[in-house]
Amino acid sequence: MSITVENLSYVYLPDTPMQKQALFDVSVHIDDKEFVGIIGHTGSGKSTLIQHFNGLVKPTSGRVLVDGVDLTQKGVNLRAIRRKVGMVFQYPEHQLFGETVFEDVAFGPKNSGVPDAALEDRVREGLAMVDLDLDVLRERSPFELSGGQKRRVAIAGVLAMKPAILILDEPTAGLDPRGRDEILSQVQSLYQAWDLTVILVTHSMEDIARMAKRLIVMDHGRIALDGTPQDVFSNADKLRSMGLGVPQVTTLIHELHRRGLVQRRDIFTLDEAESEITRVLELKRHGNA
Amino acid sequence: MADALIEFRNVNHIYGKGTQQEWDALIDVSVSIRPGEFVAVLGHNGSGKSTLAKHANALLLPSSGCVLVDGMDTRDEETVWDIRQRVGMVFQNPDNQLVATTVEEDVAFGPENLGVPSPEIRRRVDEALLAVDMLEYRLHSPHQLSGGQKQRVAIAGMIAMRPKCIVLDEPTAMLDPVGRQEVMQTVRRLNEEENITVLHITHYMDEAIFADRILVMESGRIALEGTPAQVFSQVDTLYKLQLDVPQMTALAHRLNKRGFSLPADTLTVDELVNQLCQ
Repeated sequence: MSITVENLSYVYLPDTPMQKQALFDVSVHIDDKEFVGIIGHTGSGKSTLIQHFNGLVKPTSGRVLVDGVDLTQKGVNLRAIRRKVGMVFQYPEHQLFGETVFEDVAFGPKNSGVPDAALEDRVREGLAMVDLDLDVLRERSPFELSGGQKRRVAIAGVLAMKPAILILDEPTAGLDPRGRDEILSQVQSLYQAWDLTVILVTHSMEDIARMAKRLIVMDHGRIALDGTPQDVFSNADKLRSMGLGVPQVTTLIHELHRRGLVQRRDIFTLDEAESEITRVLELKRHGNA
Repeated sequence: MADALIEFRNVNHIYGKGTQQEWDALIDVSVSIRPGEFVAVLGHNGSGKSTLAKHANALLLPSSGCVLVDGMDTRDEETVWDIRQRVGMVFQNPDNQLVATTVEEDVAFGPENLGVPSPEIRRRVDEALLAVDMLEYRLHSPHQLSGGQKQRVAIAGMIAMRPKCIVLDEPTAMLDPVGRQEVMQTVRRLNEEENITVLHITHYMDEAIFADRILVMESGRIALEGTPAQVFSQVDTLYKLQLDVPQMTALAHRLNKRGFSLPADTLTVDELVNQLCQ
């Protein structure tokens, strides 16, 4: 399922002293089954942008089309759109409310008309995708789980809706390294298993470099860069001027390139750096021998 | 140890004692924090690191053992306010810590409660805001600030109490990279220039690189302790403890497995560049 944004502008609190334009004439197309990373520092407009993708926010001007349906048209069925576009907000565990894990995860599908008989399977599957077992957790209160588990239950609630597009706004914020790795590898396997379109908003350049095939960089309400991780991270100076970093590995490779040790500059994961540095060091060793 | 600012002596802490959820969060922890030291505490969720931090200013009291702050026992109710004036805490969520309608009123809140005279409060507030580089925002409303700025105001609020030690419990977890950098620069400057003792709890390995000493918590005990170079060079042990190592340490470790001989205590990009280009 695809998303198309045409000349989107958004102004918060128009005609008040607090008026602030968050998006300026943004146009972008996200294709079916793409895995896109959105980066940008706080206030760059990235959260405002994704909130347009399921009609939570209405454009001040411009259009948003989800699967060809124009969300700005009168009479559009936003409930149907929100079933297809699953949104995991920052700190989603703050939105847990059910007395039991089952009740909490079942809430979305139940309200969207999934029959009771099918509910059990939906909940089981949603939980399984985040490595939680319904049989263990069914009657547990979500509030007595650990921080990482709470977050996964909250994500399961979105997955139980069986969305075609999954949008995650900083899903790893505040988690420990293990929790970060778990959530990210679950997103990766979901992407593959369910043929989803995934849009991941994050501050972690290392994570996004590893996972996404396309990066969109927001700055001051506009799209500043859009391309493969290679394209985007080759603009290290531009990223730094926008208050963003590049993966540490890229900083290392650029410095090694400047010193003449490596020829490539388009490296941003540990795996690639390991093999490229090994290659040049071995060549050097042979050359000296 | 006579010269310790904070001393944990055989500290045990049990949550929910006598209930089904009874849980030993700290088990026989003994460690001393020296004046002027910058100590980072690492450990995965549930390892006990926040519980340890909350013992440093009597927010939590030991189930057994004791904690001494500047020689005062945290179990002594008489001295709890003296202890909290000496050891201030900053928490994770920047939105839960600011109470007043302007930045300067917020910073003045602590010293006012201590009964500091007005002219002195004025001086302390200005000094504290200068120390965190937020003086120009003194008349702003806290809710207009970015996350990093809010955390710096929270730190200023403690500085105005003239503490000897600040305890930061994942202060950067909810911040973006710019905010994280602002907060870490501020904390390092306070430590280096004002000689304020820092106990910094974090999940970010790159924030621990600058510490004088690192404590790694696991299942309520201190599993590793040493300088960043000593701790991070134990890559496989840290992975077993479900922690990361700094990216450059990880890369050096991988290259060594492929037969190169880089120092195991490589921490930064500059170090690795220099070693590779030798």
